[in-house]
Amino acid sequence: MQLKPLARSLAVALSIVVIAGCSSTGGTQDGDAHGSQTGSTTGTGTSGAGTGQYGSTTGLGTGSGVGAGQQADSRIPEVRTIHFDFDRDTIKSEYESVVMAHARYLRANPNSRVVLHGHTDERGTREYNMALGERRANAVQRFLNIQGVSPSQMSVVSYGEERPVASGQSESAYAQNRRVVFNY
Amino acid sequence: MQTLSKVWLLCVLLFMSSYASANLTIEITRGSDQALPIGIVPFEGGENLPEDVAQIIHDNLERSGYFSPLERSAMFDRPSQADDVEFGTWRSLDVRYLVVGRAQQSGDGYQLQFELMDISGQRRMIGETVTANANNLRAAAHYISDQIFEEITDIRGAFSTRIAYVTARGLGDNMQFGLYVADADGRNSREVLTSDQPIMSPAWSPDGGKLAYVSFETERPAIYIQDVSTGQRVQATSFQGINGAPAWSPDGRRIAMSLSKDGQPEIYILDIANRSVERITQNSSIDTEPAWAPDGRSLLFTSDRSGGPQIYEYSLANGEAKRVTFTGNYNARGRYSPDGEQIFLIHRSSRGYQVARQDRDGGRLVVLSESTRDESPSVAPNGTMVIFATQQGGSGVLSAVSADGRSSFRLPAAQGEVRDPAWSPFLN
Repeated sequence: MQLKPLARSLAVALSIVVIAGCSSTGGTQDGDAHGSQTGSTTGTGTSGAGTGQYGSTTGLGTGSGVGAGQQADSRIPEVRTIHFDFDRDTIKSEYESVVMAHARYLRANPNSRVVLHGHTDERGTREYNMALGERRANAVQRFLNIQGVSPSQMSVVSYGEERPVASGQSESAYAQNRRVVFNY
Repeated sequence: MQTLSKVWLLCVLLFMSSYASANLTIEITRGSDQALPIGIVPFEGGENLPEDVAQIIHDNLERSGYFSPLERSAMFDRPSQADDVEFGTWRSLDVRYLVVGRAQQSGDGYQLQFELMDISGQRRMIGETVTANANNLRAAAHYISDQIFEEITDIRGAFSTRIAYVTARGLGDNMQFGLYVADADGRNSREVLTSDQPIMSPAWSPDGGKLAYVSFETERPAIYIQDVSTGQRVQATSFQGINGAPAWSPDGRRIAMSLSKDGQPEIYILDIANRSVERITQNSSIDTEPAWAPDGRSLLFTSDRSGGPQIYEYSLANGEAKRVTFTGNYNARGRYSPDGEQIFLIHRSSRGYQVARQDRDGGRLVVLSESTRDESPSVAPNGTMVIFATQQGGSGVLSAVSADGRSSFRLPAAQGEVRDPAWSPFLN
């Protein structure tokens, strides 16, 4: 009976080691890195839902979304990703309704906060793409602001090309990766 | 209890297997037609060493693009010292230079004695006895390679340098990133940092002791400075918005970077000692990817102030920025050659994103690479090669091309993506 949890925690430790790429360096520089890993690895594994493994962004709707009988504007809109054309930061008309829904939600819930993650496809240089990802997220932030969302409810983090959701060098993969994600 | 010990065993096995796969291997992709024919004879007694020293020298010289080493199977004579070299034998094999040597056990270590012969001049050029132990035999072989390279080419060898690079695995929110440092030949890789958040843009301090890099481990980008040997590190900047593209000044006291704390990304210079940042560019466009000139007087950076990204040079003396690239509509991530005369960059051609070279003062832009998904060029401290990231078979690999474009090689990883290489300065 005592062994089981121990074995399980070893297995967790093992999975962290596997994910970490099993470097053999022992003591010196791992302190910070492994600290942050333990925190998030447990989260990512279970809640496949995705973004925001760290504590600051609250559990992605799993908590708030399940409650029955809630008003539409008291629920975080389900579509939380919008896509962009190559080298563009303009919000396409097909996604305006998505952004409007987030604007309504944020206006109705002034204590709610959103982090807008800007992403690009992999083409071009990494740091320049970091700037392009920020431009996309800023465009969404401006749009929300015009719709009456308080700036204090919004922040922007660009991930550039660092976090693709689709792999490969196809146009469809590129299109999926050029996006802004709403993280609550 | 049995389960427990099995888990431990698995742990140990996983540790061992992945340690081996963290190294990068080398594939020569293009040999120069002007490479000098050289013979590196297997060292007498070399079979008793844990590393094949002559083979390491062979691989180093071949990779440089300056040499075309003779295959061992073609060597029917295997001298180990200058007095035994029959010049006619090697001349008939069209070899211009010959390296001979021997290895002897001495105490806990080894003595490696090598001599470099000029076959056409029928003379001994240099020779030296190098002591090593099992742990630094490869370093000794790199040292010998450096001596040979410099004696023949008059260019300092860069075989004893290192590269930093980033690895990535997974997709979307389930990714793992690693920052590694390896020898210039891809071997002896060591972990610097791992994270489930992105790691980017490693940059070596001019003394080769520290790395500055971008890490998202706090869920947003911040720049860190880490001592490579002790692992100690500090967070250098964590402003709102982008904290990116760190580049050390040649005196090691300042770091140029891109920050978007005041709106769009602009170039700033951080004074490491007093932590102050000074804004350099004033513009409503993207300004990023700074690089210091070797004399410390100017900075290259990428800006889209003309529409698309182009490379500009900022003079620290007069505060003016002038455009440097004019070929095509995408030129980014410029890096100076060590003599400051040329710049290496990423150019979007009709084929794709490629490593290119251009004179600092303008002139014709020359595409160097044959691959078309290139990023992050980083110049060897002796200016002979540029290492960069590219795609091969859908996966990120490191590749290098000679500064003249004549030769190239690739360093694929056993698994995952490799990217963002940074070639160290000279380390000794």
